[in-house]
Amino acid sequence: MAGDSKTTTQAVERAITDLGGLKGGPIDRHEHEPTLTERRIDAMMMLMRAKPRAFWGSDENRRTIESLTPEFYEGSGYYERWVTAMRSLMIEKGILDSGDIDAKLAEVRARFPSNAGADGDKS
Amino acid sequence: MPHDGHDHDHATTFQPDIKEPSEEWEFLEIALRELLIDKGVVSAREIADTVEAWENKTPEAGAQIIAKAWTDADFKSRLLANGNSTVAELGIVFEGTQLVVVENTADLHHMVVCTLCSCYPRPILGMPPLWYKSKSYRARTVREPRAVLAEFGTDIPTSTEVRVLDSTADIRYLVIPRRPDGTDGMSVEALAALVTRDSMIGTATALQPDGGRTAA
Repeated sequence: MAGDSKTTTQAVERAITDLGGLKGGPIDRHEHEPTLTERRIDAMMMLMRAKPRAFWGSDENRRTIESLTPEFYEGSGYYERWVTAMRSLMIEKGILDSGDIDAKLAEVRARFPSNAGADGDKS
Repeated sequence: MPHDGHDHDHATTFQPDIKEPSEEWEFLEIALRELLIDKGVVSAREIADTVEAWENKTPEAGAQIIAKAWTDADFKSRLLANGNSTVAELGIVFEGTQLVVVENTADLHHMVVCTLCSCYPRPILGMPPLWYKSKSYRARTVREPRAVLAEFGTDIPTSTEVRVLDSTADIRYLVIPRRPDGTDGMSVEALAALVTRDSMIGTATALQPDGGRTAA
């Protein structure tokens, strides 16, 4: 293949998710009961991936998580990454429209004016 | 603030038990869910049922499998040969990924990680614990498994080989911990109570009947 030599030199670069063998600090072993929001994100992901819908597979899911920016990956929670990946995949697969999502998001933010505070005012 | 013809202070009389969403990703969850329902892609009922179904998937299913394997050598052989079809004998549906079952012995201790993400045998252990998904666990387990085990309070003798299994999108692992001594004649049900989630991930050993940990 044309890209072989290039591939060889790039092989040493790690994907943002490829953590195996790196150094790390102590493991935080606190137990955490998933919140309703987290459980709903989880449930939606399972429903999208499972039959009969099977809109995307776990490999596509992983590719989407891996293509998040390193800054976002580092600074976000687990289900924050999931819901962000789900948004991308839903647009990519033509399930939801990007404009519809933005409009709905604005409507949702407006429901929680005291909470949306600084973040909500930016958009 | 007065309303509804009476006068009281909401700040002290009503305490919301669920925190209202305040972060962008929480708003995004609501937005995607409502759009999916509006467009008829999924129903609200289906999402609620799926949430409940996952709440009901716990490590108890895994513990049942282990206790059965401890007491039935033929079942254990089948389990080690083919995880998916053998857990189906107990009515447990494990589909979509391959379930590989490994056995801990005096000579060999297995522990499971997913260095790339959070692959986990969810149908039999439920949703993975936070630490399993943490960067430190994913990074360090393949580098210094004994140090990680020590953090979990699990000391494996140096004469025992420690083997780390890295999950993939296609393969999930279940560890059969060593059966504790002094459990001869115990019922399958009583044995299952000794099988903890962590012992099936391999970060711990099974409990002893007196509540302590089994020597690794």
